[in-house]
Amino acid sequence: MNWAVFALGFWGVAWWINLRLAKMPRSRVTSFAIPALFGITLLVLWEGAVRGFGVNPVLLPAPSAIAVRFATSIPILWTDFAQTFIKGALSGYLIGCGAAFLTAIAVDRSPFLQKGLLPVGNFVAALPIIGMAPILVMWFGFDWQSKSAVVVVMVFFPMLVNTVQGLQASDHMQRDLMHTYGASYPQALMRLRLPAAMPFVFNGLKICTTLALIGAIVAEFFGSPIKGMGFRISTEVGRLALDMVWAEIAVAALAGSAFYGCVAMIEKAVTFWHPSQRRG
Amino acid sequence: MAEPVIKAENLSLTFETNDGPVHALKDISLAINKGEFVSFIGPSGCGKTTFLRVMADLEKPTAGTITVNGVSPEAARMARAYGYVFQAAGLYPWRTIGGNIRLPLEIMGYDKADQAERVKRVLELVDLAGFEKKFPWQLSGGMQQRASIARALAFDADILLMDEPFGALDEIVRDHLNEQLLKLWAKTNKTIAFVTHSIPEAVYLSTKIVVMSPRPGRITDVIDSPLPRERPLDIRDTPEFLEIAHRVRDGLRAGHAYDD
Repeated sequence: MNWAVFALGFWGVAWWINLRLAKMPRSRVTSFAIPALFGITLLVLWEGAVRGFGVNPVLLPAPSAIAVRFATSIPILWTDFAQTFIKGALSGYLIGCGAAFLTAIAVDRSPFLQKGLLPVGNFVAALPIIGMAPILVMWFGFDWQSKSAVVVVMVFFPMLVNTVQGLQASDHMQRDLMHTYGASYPQALMRLRLPAAMPFVFNGLKICTTLALIGAIVAEFFGSPIKGMGFRISTEVGRLALDMVWAEIAVAALAGSAFYGCVAMIEKAVTFWHPSQRRG
Repeated sequence: MAEPVIKAENLSLTFETNDGPVHALKDISLAINKGEFVSFIGPSGCGKTTFLRVMADLEKPTAGTITVNGVSPEAARMARAYGYVFQAAGLYPWRTIGGNIRLPLEIMGYDKADQAERVKRVLELVDLAGFEKKFPWQLSGGMQQRASIARALAFDADILLMDEPFGALDEIVRDHLNEQLLKLWAKTNKTIAFVTHSIPEAVYLSTKIVVMSPRPGRITDVIDSPLPRERPLDIRDTPEFLEIAHRVRDGLRAGHAYDD
């Protein structure tokens, strides 16, 4: 019971500190410290509740137990990470987003594709991934290639729609200007349409980071070699080793956040001119 | 007498809309000679902007003929015969001011050294020297519009088409830019076609004022200004100036007469 009381006490103190911090002028320190303290408090509450009430580790392992499992299983976690994230998710993300980007340019150029392909794309996007994944595993085998294929199917359409919309983002006057210069199609594309599309393109890229990770993990539930994050999650659940499942979830959360963060950072550098990115 | 720079004969443009045809331009005939400063003035819907866009090959006429530099507007556009200044500056926000002015030069294939030299020259011409590395959104509206004029001046086009370039600016900035534009015109000897809805602006700037009226868009009066080419701002208080302004106002009123 002492543990639970300690956790509640910690919560109270952290709350008080955060209130003080929130009243201080915004700075790098406060904007980092407030969410960090909030996160730590959640972990302490979790730990205190699990220990204090003696929660069964199958239902909810304590964060410390997960951390220990994480630290002792780094080689396995790394193998799984490489299999699922680098081979499956990342390759599918690059192929899917790349193909969608090129398709978007073709769609933008051709009214026929715009009328014909977009509705078909809409239809494909509506197919449930849970249904598509086993079929793609049949087609492309148990290894990462089928996971990559699932990711391609998942990210293609959101990326396509965003890029097509982005290519139409330049306004009439900006296009007329290109016309008065007698600019060729590639010149107008490179100097106007694509730069103007970038905020939309990055919107699509950011949405697809999370989709890619989900797709790669879920696809492993339908058949995989004896490695991979999805494989590990489904087998360890069977063995009631929930601390390992949580460790994999932690890897997925860290990888997903870092992936998203990377894309967001590139976005900041590329679309610095957009009102949403300008500073001051 | 040399061939006019822009020559329109019985030019008409009809837009087909769901509510039936709209006669944006009807039987327009006009000649603009080299070095002239011609203003088009009239209420909205009189086709002044449409006429400018026809000259620029941004709209196609449905009847009549028009030549720019003796050739079709399309051929003139492909020969980069004119610079066009729009109602808003329309600078690309991902490019610096210098980068925006370089844009037409890159497209037209000027070499790098020439580009840099031209950017520097036109920035000085519009009083923006030192702002080359700034981004458009770091500048005021008046400065942005000056940068857009610089962009239209950067390449060797001897025609300048301006569509209400100062319409969105306040009167003080507008006066200043009008004065600068006259100096620029004197220095560069370009032929300028200028759309406006301000009578003082039209009279102050132009050697020729074309008064237009709507439904259908047509020319009701063409006034050759007797004012000298050298024009200080206070010329606007002289009797000659007021007399022309009066004639323009009469022309505008006549065009409106059978509306009421």
